Amino acid sequence: MATSLPRDAALAGKTDPGARGLRFVPLLTLLVLIGPVVAGVFGTIAPAFGLFPALTGAAPGMGGFDALFAWPGFSRAVWTSVTTGLVSAALSLAIVIAITAAWQGSPAFRAVERFLSPLLAVPHAAAAFGLAFLIAPSGWIMRIFSPWATGFEQPPDWLVINDPGGLALIAGLVAKETPFLMLMTIAALSQADAARSMVVARGLGYWRGSAWLLVVFPRVYRQIRLPVYVVIAYAMTVVDTATILGPTTPPTLSVQLVRWMNDPDLSLRTVAAAAALIQLWLVLAALALWRMGEMAAARLGCRWAEAGWRGPRLGFLRPGTILLAFVSSGAIFLGLLVLALWSVAGLWSFPDAFPGGVSIRSWARHGPELLSTVIDTVAIAGAASVIAIILVIGCLEAEQRYGLTVTSRGLWLLYLPLLVPQIAFLPGLQTAMLLARTPPHIAAVIGVHVVFVVPYVFLSFGDAFRAWDRRYGVAASALGAGPDAALWRVRLPMLLAPALTALAVGFAVSVGQFLPTLLVGGGRITTLTTEAVALASGGDRRTIAVYALAQTATALLPFALALGLPRLLWANRRGLRHD
Amino acid sequence: MTETSGAKGLAFDGVTIGLRGEVIIDLSTHVPPGEIVSVMGPSGSGKSTLLAAAMGTLAPAFDFEGRIWLDGEDLSGLPPERRRVGILFQDDLLFPHLSIGANLAFGLGRRITGRAARRQAVEAALSEIGLAGFADRDPATLSGGQKTRVALMRTLLAEPRALLLDEPFSSLDADLRSQMRALVFGRVRQAGLPVLLVTHDAEDAAAAEGPILRIGKT
Amino acid sequence: MLARITATLTLALLPFSASAETDPADWDAVQSAAEGQTVFWHAWGGSTTTNDFIAWVGSRVSEDYGVTLKHVKLSDTAEAVSRVVAEKSAGVTEGGAVDMIWINGENFASMKESDLLFGPFAEALPNWSLVDLSKPVTVDFTVPTDGLESPWAAAQVVFMYDSADVPEPPQSMAELLAWAEANPGRVTLPQPPDFLGATFLKQALYGVVDDPSVLLAPVSEADYRAVTTPLWDYMDALTPALWRGGRAYPQSGPRQIQLLADDEIDIAISFSPGEASTAIANFELPDTIRTFVLDSGTIGNASFVAIPFNANAKEGAMVVANFLLSPEAQARALDPEVLGYGTVLDLEKLSPEERASFESTDLGIATLSPDELGPALAEPHPTWMVEVEKDWTERFGVAE
Repeated sequence: MATSLPRDAALAGKTDPGARGLRFVPLLTLLVLIGPVVAGVFGTIAPAFGLFPALTGAAPGMGGFDALFAWPGFSRAVWTSVTTGLVSAALSLAIVIAITAAWQGSPAFRAVERFLSPLLAVPHAAAAFGLAFLIAPSGWIMRIFSPWATGFEQPPDWLVINDPGGLALIAGLVAKETPFLMLMTIAALSQADAARSMVVARGLGYWRGSAWLLVVFPRVYRQIRLPVYVVIAYAMTVVDTATILGPTTPPTLSVQLVRWMNDPDLSLRTVAAAAALIQLWLVLAALALWRMGEMAAARLGCRWAEAGWRGPRLGFLRPGTILLAFVSSGAIFLGLLVLALWSVAGLWSFPDAFPGGVSIRSWARHGPELLSTVIDTVAIAGAASVIAIILVIGCLEAEQRYGLTVTSRGLWLLYLPLLVPQIAFLPGLQTAMLLARTPPHIAAVIGVHVVFVVPYVFLSFGDAFRAWDRRYGVAASALGAGPDAALWRVRLPMLLAPALTALAVGFAVSVGQFLPTLLVGGGRITTLTTEAVALASGGDRRTIAVYALAQTATALLPFALALGLPRLLWANRRGLRHD
Repeated sequence: MTETSGAKGLAFDGVTIGLRGEVIIDLSTHVPPGEIVSVMGPSGSGKSTLLAAAMGTLAPAFDFEGRIWLDGEDLSGLPPERRRVGILFQDDLLFPHLSIGANLAFGLGRRITGRAARRQAVEAALSEIGLAGFADRDPATLSGGQKTRVALMRTLLAEPRALLLDEPFSSLDADLRSQMRALVFGRVRQAGLPVLLVTHDAEDAAAAEGPILRIGKT
Repeated sequence: MLARITATLTLALLPFSASAETDPADWDAVQSAAEGQTVFWHAWGGSTTTNDFIAWVGSRVSEDYGVTLKHVKLSDTAEAVSRVVAEKSAGVTEGGAVDMIWINGENFASMKESDLLFGPFAEALPNWSLVDLSKPVTVDFTVPTDGLESPWAAAQVVFMYDSADVPEPPQSMAELLAWAEANPGRVTLPQPPDFLGATFLKQALYGVVDDPSVLLAPVSEADYRAVTTPLWDYMDALTPALWRGGRAYPQSGPRQIQLLADDEIDIAISFSPGEASTAIANFELPDTIRTFVLDSGTIGNASFVAIPFNANAKEGAMVVANFLLSPEAQARALDPEVLGYGTVLDLEKLSPEERASFESTDLGIATLSPDELGPALAEPHPTWMVEVEKDWTERFGVAE
């Protein structure tokens, strides 16, 4: 009897005939993520070289590139795309470093964390509108200080929003990306053994900031490197925020690209495709440049450490860093407040600090249509985030059951949809769908949302899922529970709070998607975000405010549920409360 | 077939476990019903690995050879939930989202059916460990000794054929430790279970009154 | 609520349904085919008042004809044209995504030239008999409509100004330049290729060109450089005196209105004589805003709706187009509380009651009377717009 059984017989406890499909979930997820990106990039490359004559009427060749380079705004558009992307990412990272180095481990730091988390869910478009209404020469700040402090009876003719240098765009991106990098950093801190390292380093006589930079930051940065790259790629290619805050003479390359995509002159699609390729190349070049900066910084850091310099006493800067956090997040909070004011404003002339009259007229007139858009938005976001979390749980469970660990290369694949600029593959995807005669379809919109939702859900849920004490699983199986029962009856209920948070993150990401909805939905499928940005082409602040607020509320509400629901369900379970 | 394989109890038959070519466990032993075999060794000597092999939760990175028999049945190829091997850890690992009663019911075998009957069995088990009326309480509200008792009872309700103890008393303070030792050892002897006890504590091994296996390089 | 989701899903799931074409002349057949159809009307969505009006049209055609109207809000009409072009290239000849487009000028010309339109149908609509043929309803930017688009609103360029800041508005493009130089940063134009910005350029072109008749023929028949040199001289002088020194522009007409409301500018071009009154009624502008026209006249045109060749609901679209020409819809559009759009109907052809609903409409505080508006100048040939837009972008669209 003791003859040779298969070598893995002892491990057979890991086979599970009932759920063999689970083994393929990681592969399926990878296909769901990578398939559209690859198909889209191909669909973009081909027209760029004139390979779809049926669609564009262009002959094979470099005509698209020639036309692109001949566009008078080309060099400026490239310059603003690159500078706004790199500068906003660098500023966001610098703010995060400054706050964390100065305050990590203190109660103030936890306050910052609480303050910033909800900002993650505020859609980019809504944040941009709020910022625009705030800082324009006729914006709220100027109104509050005029005319008594500034002397302005009329708004000054200052170029603040849509400035050719892209400063307003950078400000909007920094305000929105800082919370993202901050939360990523906080997640990384817990894995970097930061608190104890800090004690050791400070015990050796290093000042707080120096200790953090030398001892904690290198480990943290390794964890947040990919998120930083995502921020760079996003900021360089964003369309909605750039439409609202960015330069117009000329616009950034991505905004111009969307215009070419939508031009009735189909030959311009060749130009758009060429621009998409250039955009992709620019992102890669910018990332390479950033990587070189990383290496230089690492070298400097090593030299510093070897020199044993305890660092400058910068304690007096600590309050300043809190101010940084306050300004960048306060801009969004105040922006939302001014949106709320505009949504109920009657006539509100400059320089009145508050509207002359208040009415719910704007809400009443947009109410019915708003409601139907909210329902569609929620249906799409709900479906996309539920599909995403099912895939993510499947991947994580398969990873554990079959040891299909996500390697660092796998992590890159996970980030791929976030690193390849949307603008570089969505137009190709649209072309491909058109050639396949697929009509705009809500399922296609949900599908393409899933591509962008899965990475965030994975990032949000992965750590909690992996950090779960696996001995609970052993205990459950010792009590006769199979792997599925252990998952459904023990693991997921215990992880309800992080699972709901991940679901809420996915929901918010889906609500905020602009370009995928616009291009794949073909205009027929609208969400709050596409409506809000379409309305931005008009100027009625009340309407924009109503839509932007509805958009924000739709994205934020699931977070409130994710916070509240576990407290309600597990009200009597102290072991699951972590606050 | 070796002489222990057909016998009652838990038998390790030429079990070797290697990791990256290095053998960390090489064991043949038989634990008859009602006996507690203590396994002692320094940290990293593979005590937990041995338990994982018996549970069927060994990570794929390990190379496993040999057979583990339980009451004459070859455990190889059986998933953990079908082996009917119970385990108690240093931490109680009561499921925090379930009430105390639901934790016990989770372990309770499927032979007892019907809500009322299962509820009754749980109540009976609770009175047995001096916690009558605790069924609806949050496990987080129990004291350390109470948790250990619930965890033991939950394991026994699943009617295991063998029991693994993974330093089950090391998180308790000295008074409670001897009390719990007496309770656990008494219950498993009463149930006639073969027990493998992994411990650091020589007092544990002494109280187990069984053979002591020392593993790992000393 | 669930029903709504279901409706949306069902719509989205609808396959391309082939429909046999109905002859527009057989109106009964059109109406019965239209019942139950869903019409996707692709129309610019940047103005709350037009969006509300379209929603009202939707509720009315659903009541009377069982047609479901869905407004696909565009930020640029070209998006809809592009969609149809792309569908044609991909061989989608039936069941297209676009059923009806709010269109005129350049976009109409290019769709007509590429055979992308269904029709002729306009003159077969029952309400065509009420249309005032002396208005520019059969020629769109000098291009004959040939019944391929149906008019629904008349428009003429006016300039809005804040009477609190501008006591005496300029009366010509030359005076406007002088005023701007005296008050730098207080006037702007929507950034071309926005149609209103392009209209500003055309209006300026009319103001500086010696012989306006060359503008009515295709640009290829004229000496473009000679004709437009005075225009670029004019813009070279005006641009530094524009809002933000011409380094940024509002992206659309309504954005300009917001700037007017914020008192960032004092003068703004508009293509709707009633727009200012409507905005005042909606609290979007202070009640000190008035309008003026130029001594030499301003450009006038009409807004149309057209049906793509591959539209999925052609009958439904025709029913909507016909309803837009009804006295009920036209009178509502005229009301500055609603839209403030000029009518394309001939009031003489209406019944006395119908006429009364037009004549009793208070045009609003900022709206000029038809006499004050004066004669409308014809739109230049669309090719002029294309060239002028391109030229402007090269000269002014890239800030230094």
